[in-house]
Amino acid sequence: MFNFPLRPEAASTFAGQHDLLFGILTVLTIVFSVPVMILAIIFAVRFRAGNKVDRSRPSHENLKLELTWTIIPLLLALAVFGYSAKLFVDLRKPPKDAMEIFVIGKQWMWHIQHPNGVRENNELHVPVGVPVKLTMISQDVIHAFYIPEFRTQYMVVPDKYTQLWFQATKEGEYMILCNQYCGTQHSEMVGKVIVQRPDEFQKWLADGGRSMRPKDRTMVESGEDLYKLYNCANCHGDVDTPRGPSLYGLFGKRQQMTDGTTVLADDEYLRESLLKAEKKLVAGYIATMPNYEQELSEEQALQLIAYMKTLGVQKPAAPAAPAAATTPQEGNR
Amino acid sequence: MSATAARPEELDDATRPNYLNVSHTIKSWLLTQDHKRIAVLYLVSISFFFLLGGLAASMIRLELTSPRGVMLESETYNKMFSAHGIIMVFLFLVPSIPATFGNFALPMMIGAKDLAFPRLNLLSWYLYMIGGGLILAALLMGGVDTGWTFYTPYSSMYSSGHVVLAIVGVFIAGFSSIFTGLNFIATVHKMRAPGMTWFRMPLFVWAMYATSVIIVLGTPVVAITLALVAVEATMGVGIFSPALGGDPVLFQHMFWFYSHPAVYIMILPSMGVMSELIACFSRKRIFGYHFVAFSSLAIAGLGFIVWGHHMFTSGQSTFQSLVFSLISFVVAVPSAVKTFNWMATIYKGNVDLRSPMIFALGFLGLFVVGGLTGLYLASLATDVHLQATYFVVAHFHYIMVGGAMMGFLGALHYWWPKMTGKMYSDNWAKIGAALVFVGFNLTFFPQFILGYLGMPRRYHYYDFAPQWQAYNIMSSAGASVLALGYILPAFYLLHSLKYGKPAGRNPWGAVGLEWQTESPPDTHNFHEIPIVTHEAYDYAAVDEIEHAQAQEVMKKEAHMGSDE
Amino acid sequence: MSTATHTRPDPAEVDLHVQFEDIEQQNETYLVGMWTFLVTEVMFFGGLFLVYILQRWMHAPQWYVIHEQLDWRLGGLNTMILLFSSFTMACAVHFSQLRKFDKQLQMLGITILCAFGFLVVKFFEWSAKIEHHLVPGAHFEWAHAGASKGVAEMFFVLYFSMTGLHAIHVIIGIIVIGVLATLVAKRHTSVNRDYLPTEMIGLYWHFVDLVWIFLYPLFYLIPKS
Repeated sequence: MFNFPLRPEAASTFAGQHDLLFGILTVLTIVFSVPVMILAIIFAVRFRAGNKVDRSRPSHENLKLELTWTIIPLLLALAVFGYSAKLFVDLRKPPKDAMEIFVIGKQWMWHIQHPNGVRENNELHVPVGVPVKLTMISQDVIHAFYIPEFRTQYMVVPDKYTQLWFQATKEGEYMILCNQYCGTQHSEMVGKVIVQRPDEFQKWLADGGRSMRPKDRTMVESGEDLYKLYNCANCHGDVDTPRGPSLYGLFGKRQQMTDGTTVLADDEYLRESLLKAEKKLVAGYIATMPNYEQELSEEQALQLIAYMKTLGVQKPAAPAAPAAATTPQEGNR
Repeated sequence: MSATAARPEELDDATRPNYLNVSHTIKSWLLTQDHKRIAVLYLVSISFFFLLGGLAASMIRLELTSPRGVMLESETYNKMFSAHGIIMVFLFLVPSIPATFGNFALPMMIGAKDLAFPRLNLLSWYLYMIGGGLILAALLMGGVDTGWTFYTPYSSMYSSGHVVLAIVGVFIAGFSSIFTGLNFIATVHKMRAPGMTWFRMPLFVWAMYATSVIIVLGTPVVAITLALVAVEATMGVGIFSPALGGDPVLFQHMFWFYSHPAVYIMILPSMGVMSELIACFSRKRIFGYHFVAFSSLAIAGLGFIVWGHHMFTSGQSTFQSLVFSLISFVVAVPSAVKTFNWMATIYKGNVDLRSPMIFALGFLGLFVVGGLTGLYLASLATDVHLQATYFVVAHFHYIMVGGAMMGFLGALHYWWPKMTGKMYSDNWAKIGAALVFVGFNLTFFPQFILGYLGMPRRYHYYDFAPQWQAYNIMSSAGASVLALGYILPAFYLLHSLKYGKPAGRNPWGAVGLEWQTESPPDTHNFHEIPIVTHEAYDYAAVDEIEHAQAQEVMKKEAHMGSDE
Repeated sequence: MSTATHTRPDPAEVDLHVQFEDIEQQNETYLVGMWTFLVTEVMFFGGLFLVYILQRWMHAPQWYVIHEQLDWRLGGLNTMILLFSSFTMACAVHFSQLRKFDKQLQMLGITILCAFGFLVVKFFEWSAKIEHHLVPGAHFEWAHAGASKGVAEMFFVLYFSMTGLHAIHVIIGIIVIGVLATLVAKRHTSVNRDYLPTEMIGLYWHFVDLVWIFLYPLFYLIPKS
């Protein structure tokens, strides 16, 4: 009935590195704590009052000894810090070619969207052996996206994109947990990561997941639909207009703001400009764009950003003609 | 070797007026300005809150024996762990040692008649009671479900509980700590007896001083932070909630700026107690006095610049995380230094294994584990996995329950004869200490493994991971042993009040100034202010005098014998 | 400990609390306590200053626009008033040391008048803000170009909480100085035998003044960035 597992499955590239460091720390803990406990008992018993033992020349200060037990732990601590810091820095830098998936947390479920438009709730399908980057945001309170078998987690914060990446090494099903207290059903905000062989994953993706896929719209296409629905091109067309700057070739470039600062046009910036336009104004423009915060969901924001990213460097001569034939509006889901 | 020879003035202790029997009216207790009586008031009130917090904890442990709960709704469960956290942190751990034993012993230890500001001291007890009352009211009216950390925007925008009332309670209780800290700082600076130089002060006093500095600097910040949460919750003004234009992570920064140092508010006093116990029961001057004293200050100082290690996965920049991680590793060193010095003190000592010393040895074992497991969390890469799991829960319980609570019990057993004038049963106390030690490890060690397996803290259901159940059951079983260990002292200590043997001035043969006065002491502690001529813990000098006295007595007896 | 060498009044004449050995020790202890209290106060305001720094750093250009809603002349007037009151408070301490109680009383009176003056100016400032719907909350309105409503609301949150907390300190100051003045007027033993109470209240008042010296430029004099 009961089993006593001592280690969760290690199913990502980072899990092995983590467990090595965990092991080093455990060895250090044992090396320092066990002798302290044993010696405390030995000293206490050996030097019990009444025991006739050598108590000659008791010392009360010893600089050399003090420095030894200050400096050695300090050096050990610094060494562990260095190794750990290196792992962490790598963990915070997703590889360039990482596959991107989007996560939206809300009380009390995980909502996941793949770039091709496939959506899932409380499940995340990923291929094995491929680095996956999650871009995450919360609709309400702070959550944390945690996969113990991958040894990784990151907070999912409202109003701000956070990122997490991993590379699964083993096929199978693993836990997704919310690891930041978020209200009544916090402990039910759980799900599954399903790691598949790449070909299986591609097949799954092409089949539109199970049932969550809205017709045949990829994220970019849904973004384009929204772009048209809201008539964004009225102000943000092929070229800069007096009402608003063009969005072509915007992503990844530095923008000059009215206050003289320059801002890198990344996901975070695009989201803010979309939802809270007046917060940062591009030089030469005034705040005329309405606030879309109430209008657009976080999911739609992600889709619009995905679309904006595809608007190339070169402004097309003719109106943008995306490859896929546009189907009638699906509207907002 | 325990008690020094009885002195004549000690014989009539039963009838001699002391701070306890000087007046018996309730009014005389409620309006007292005597630091010792205020300490007793605190002892009674924090014990009450500890009991409440403990009841909440037992509900939590009972509930977790089953993956799908046994009796509570999720909402009730959330309110239980919030109640447990808020009560234990703000109403028990923060005031525990400073407000009771600091209040009781600190003035005597430096040879003062009272704290610098007795009326302020009484006021701080009332503030504590008002704050505690408000928190209790919030819990009784329907509870708070935010956890003790009050993270925004959940606490300010989404929680339906009585968050504002609880926050006001914490705010007021915070001012109680501030006034206690202020009182200690002024007392230590200006009220020391002649000859009591800074480096002759007992290390408990140093620890209290370092604690007071943290309280005075940190508590106002959390007070204003929580006040801002209350403003946001009641007026709908965006400070921390992004929906209103605020920054949710800002709250975490401001909250941990206090709440991490607050951890040291809880553990530093306990370390001070350890220095007293280990020196006294090893009958030896504490090894490396200066290093132990300065490590307290180092902890107090460094403790203020490590708060970001609670936010490695909150979206703070990688550079910030690196700096905070580095300092967190460094802050572990002074604690290690203290531990090594205590070990060296026991070495070649003259160890008397009575119950306070048993608590001290228990503290050493638990504190070392608690401290070292902190490194797993200070280390960035491992924290990414362990953050906010049961590993964290186990770690801070090793520090706060294993460390602070062991220190509290050690202090209680050490100063009880001084407070009450009565001796309790040492054997029962040893059983109590063993129960606490064993029960504690049974409860919290499995939680390290649970955390490594990935069980998040504050989870009510875990039916998706049945492999966690065995450890949870172990933990709950341990908790019942632990509860027994906490209840037992209540019995034998209360029993000693009526039936205990008179303790005499100095049942432990300790050298601190507080042991030179009667037990229980007179209202003004000393009949005349002592003049200090020795270093702290100068057991060698005392032993020499005692040895000489004993030889003189022997000579006299031999002489008398030959006369007959 | 001998008390024969210093020039303070005879300890027997003064209220010496039982926990102290002599009046010197009592006075020094009170001063240490007062300074510690002021450190706590600094940290109390410090939390708000931290929020201020972050917000202003994030929205510097907008803050310039928003701060134009505040009248630097009224704020400046208040700064002058408080600075002057600090001066009269220092004089009160001086006269207390010289045991010139009538003059001390005058100075305390002027200090209180200044404090009331400060509050009156503050009252006009705040009521203007209320009129213009600049109080954060449900009725907040913002229609000025160059700054968003959210940022403006945050600015006024900080403006009202920081100047409000300061105003509470001014009111406490008025009460404390008022009590002190009454005692001086009655030549009450607790204040007429020693200047310590006056000195301590003086320290508090200078602190209140100092906080304003920071608040004034931080809110009223934001430079164009």
